[in-house]
Amino acid sequence: MLTETLLTLTARIISGVSVRWVDSQPDTCQRVYFANHTSHLDVVLVWSSLPADVRRLTRPIAAKDYWEGGSIRRHLAKVFNAMLIDRKEIKVHQSPVDMMLREIGKTHSLILFPEGGRSPGEEVGEFKSGLYYLGKKRPDLELIPVYINNMNRILPRGEFLPVPLLSSLTFGPPIWLEAGEPKLDFLARARDAVLSLKES
Amino acid sequence: MRDWALLGTVLALLSLATLGGQWLKRQTKMGLDEEAVYAFNSRIQAWWFFSIVLGISFFHPILTVVLFGMLAFWALREYITLTPTTMGDHRALFWVFFLFTPAQFVLVGFNMYSLYSVLIPVYAFLFIAARAAVSGDYRRFLERIAKIQFGLFVCVYCLSFVPALLFLKCQSTEGDESANARLLFFFITMVLFSELAQFVCSRLFGKHLIAEAIDETRTWEGLLGGAGATALLGSILFWATPFKNLWQVATMAILIAFMSSAGAITMAAIRRDRGEVRSGTLIEGHGGVLSRIDAVCFAAPVFYHVTLVFFGRAAG
Repeated sequence: MLTETLLTLTARIISGVSVRWVDSQPDTCQRVYFANHTSHLDVVLVWSSLPADVRRLTRPIAAKDYWEGGSIRRHLAKVFNAMLIDRKEIKVHQSPVDMMLREIGKTHSLILFPEGGRSPGEEVGEFKSGLYYLGKKRPDLELIPVYINNMNRILPRGEFLPVPLLSSLTFGPPIWLEAGEPKLDFLARARDAVLSLKES
Repeated sequence: MRDWALLGTVLALLSLATLGGQWLKRQTKMGLDEEAVYAFNSRIQAWWFFSIVLGISFFHPILTVVLFGMLAFWALREYITLTPTTMGDHRALFWVFFLFTPAQFVLVGFNMYSLYSVLIPVYAFLFIAARAAVSGDYRRFLERIAKIQFGLFVCVYCLSFVPALLFLKCQSTEGDESANARLLFFFITMVLFSELAQFVCSRLFGKHLIAEAIDETRTWEGLLGGAGATALLGSILFWATPFKNLWQVATMAILIAFMSSAGAITMAAIRRDRGEVRSGTLIEGHGGVLSRIDAVCFAAPVFYHVTLVFFGRAAG
């Protein structure tokens, strides 16, 4: 509890984040928040920007290789209830999507970065297919696009000292997988949904 | 006695300006530019803020330094957010935020004029250039360096001369303990009043715009009228200052008015160039510190220096 407050506060102070909900409201229903990924702080930032009751029910997906490196990171990952996914060894019968769905059950929501890794600069990379399979297996989940602005300058790739600029976080209206929508079309549409929040 | 008189005068002026601002807000039929009225009201808010902060300076100078330090940090944060920098500037920026900005205000707090007057223009400026060069990114090099240096200069160096006024020793006020707090109060009142007077004069008599592409409301008539009104108010507040003659106070007031306008128009140019769109989503909800301190930033170092040269203890 104390670490949570401290972490939320630190993330907000360093990132000077202003959170906006555009055509969308915070809700405790089951959702998948998907965002562009530019900085190590992104996970903490999106998670801490949610209202406390929503936050308790939301589990960020994070890379196992990064968040299991060192005891501080491991402790932090526990505080924000992260679900650690092994990026390197994806087994056929133990697919990450199945694991995510099993873990969230009927109550939790997810925070996902579909680019897989952090993209350099301001660009948003192509989305990986995880989001598509989540939508296909659980069509009832609301898929909420999130655009993170300016974090790439606050803590860019390969840097460990942050520069305390201001950033913004925009939550957009939910999208769903249309019946029979091809995978690539959906992923492109999801990526556009994130990018369109940049201008709004 | 003089302290209370000054506080009372400023409070009366502020209340009058606030009432005027609220009245303007309700006048929808006069065809006033809504944005201009908003700008007017936000300047009054800033004035309230400064006055409360300065009320503190009568009791605790170091607290005032700390508050201005935080203000500078925030303004720099807004400035760099609006300014495109690259990955190559990251390390330089880190030191700008966490070393030079606090160090400047610590030195001001200890009144080490010989150090804080050169820390940024000499050490920080050279360091920024060298650090960016070491990072190996040479694209748009001069442009990037200039952006960071200007931001650090205006938001931190210039602003630090406001609390520095609290430690400036003047000949005529030797032994008067609250003379410095009054000097600071006088300065801030002059800056903020000159902005308001400039705005009102532009509205009433404005014909010739200074730079239409940058600011559609700022006119030469406003500048001169505002400076005149500021000189008048300055003369009325004569008894609160360390200056010896009426014409000296008036000259100082005019100097402050001109520098304030220069600051406001310079920052407006930067905002225009960076585009309000970009600043909108990032700075929204953070109050826009930068646009409220622009006038103060330009006036402070000049006012400090002129006062030091002509009225400082060492001067003749």
